Amino acid sequence: MKATCWMGKGSVEVRDVPEPQILNQRDAIVRVTSTAICGSDLHLLNGVIPTMKKGDVLGHEFMGEVMEVGRGVKDLKVGDRVVVPFTIACGECWQCRHDNWSLCENSNPNAVLPEKMMGHAASGAFGYSHLTGGYAGGQAEFVRVPFADVGPLKIENGFSDEQVLFLSDILPTGYMGAEMCDIQRGDTVAVWGCGPVGLFAIKSAYLLGAERVIAIDRFEYRLQMAREKCGAETVNYSEVDSVTDTLIEMTAGRGPDSCIDAVGLEAHGHGLEYLYDKTKQMLMLESDRPIALRQAILACRNGGTISIIGVYGGLVDKFPLGTIMNRSLTIKSGQCHVHRYMRPLLARIEKGEIDPTMVITHRMPLADAPKGYDIFLNKEDNCEKVVLTTA
Amino acid sequence: MLHVTKSVTVLRPREDVYRFWRDLENLPGFMQHLESVKTTGDARSHWVAKAPAGATVEWDAQITEDRTNELISWRSLEGSDIQNHGSVRFSDAPGDRGTEVHVELQYDAPAGNVGATVAKLFGEEPAQQVRDDLRRFKQVIETGEVVRSEGSLEGAGQGLFKQRPAQAAAVETRR
Repeated sequence: MKATCWMGKGSVEVRDVPEPQILNQRDAIVRVTSTAICGSDLHLLNGVIPTMKKGDVLGHEFMGEVMEVGRGVKDLKVGDRVVVPFTIACGECWQCRHDNWSLCENSNPNAVLPEKMMGHAASGAFGYSHLTGGYAGGQAEFVRVPFADVGPLKIENGFSDEQVLFLSDILPTGYMGAEMCDIQRGDTVAVWGCGPVGLFAIKSAYLLGAERVIAIDRFEYRLQMAREKCGAETVNYSEVDSVTDTLIEMTAGRGPDSCIDAVGLEAHGHGLEYLYDKTKQMLMLESDRPIALRQAILACRNGGTISIIGVYGGLVDKFPLGTIMNRSLTIKSGQCHVHRYMRPLLARIEKGEIDPTMVITHRMPLADAPKGYDIFLNKEDNCEKVVLTTA
Repeated sequence: MLHVTKSVTVLRPREDVYRFWRDLENLPGFMQHLESVKTTGDARSHWVAKAPAGATVEWDAQITEDRTNELISWRSLEGSDIQNHGSVRFSDAPGDRGTEVHVELQYDAPAGNVGATVAKLFGEEPAQQVRDDLRRFKQVIETGEVVRSEGSLEGAGQGLFKQRPAQAAAVETRR
């Protein structure tokens, strides 16, 4: 079958690889109909997430048709149309039973690696390095889905692929980012990053009752999407001296009540701070560049909440812990507990409260995945979201 | 001499966890270095462990203490390739957290070739091996089987990222 493979830092290729097989009784094999390239895939492309191996199949946003089921899968059958959450969860452990699906205690067979780096392991995930289990991803014609009786959401009501595909990751991730802000009446929420997750976070913040949402990015076309499709006010950080001062001024000195980091470990910026982080990351003295996060922490109102949904991999420098402590800030974060949000968000799509297709700017066949990665990485042609389809 | 203590918490009632472990023939299902355990008498069993290069190490063991739902201890018998003893203790985890499983193992490797084989059996990180075994135990008792991925670890000391051989489970397909 054809699959999008990581071939080294900066290189992806669509290659012929063996078809997946049922390895556990609760597996299913899904024929992928639509899949997408995620901003977090770019972190893999850029080589800032460790433990990738040449030939690894990428992709964690996908949906399709069930082709095979293992003996232990009772509630899915061949022919079912499903969207698959990017995190893999067993449904049986203490964390799954407490609705914390991305912390599943059983789905990462390589847990020893993150345990050594992070103290404990989180769940497995598709196509996202050997730290998250070494599972083959879904930017492919077929994919093996473990715990198929727990994760995949059956789609029955005539939705198009594009309407429901993003239930696999970016829509729930953006929504959880807003939900973690515990938005109260009158709140202003600031969102760093107007990629697809950022846009969904903006939209979700309004759905959850935000009075104002202020979006921060440097690409005018993305800020325009945030304004026109999501109703945000915007700040182009490359045009202001200080994002923090700008936000504080926009909120009459209070600062945003909560701040969402939808950027993560490869943040850009300008001036000495950006140069400092970029250099330290290149020299491997710092694994992550937390520029957006530092701004979010400094801007946030006293007693406010910082919600981190952008991906971080390891260690950061110059983390303003003192301001967190002295100003009673709360930090909430996590890989999205996708399983928790799929059904409620499908209901919101059905009611027309949110149209996930608003983020799509590029559609192409799976075979063109390397081109998709290239234009998404370089923000060419006003690229916001690339969807790949199989014939 | 090799002494390891490790523990894990599993979300199952203490009776179920005890009962699963008390059937010693279940152990090779999650203990990677074990090839087989056969119950040979009321409290006796024959153990075969896999060593590198196809070699095996064998011993007979006797359960020395068996307190239902609480504790199982065992000890190898005279004439074994390797003298060893161990215990597993089961206790209620706080709140709704299930059962704590505390394992203690001690191996006295003999001198000479057998000793060298035993040393290889456990590699450089015996504690990590036991930790990995307990992780698989948790997977088996909570989800029904050892969880596999296309790129799982084979175990400490055997190289990262080695692909597991595909072992097909029973499949229903119309493809």
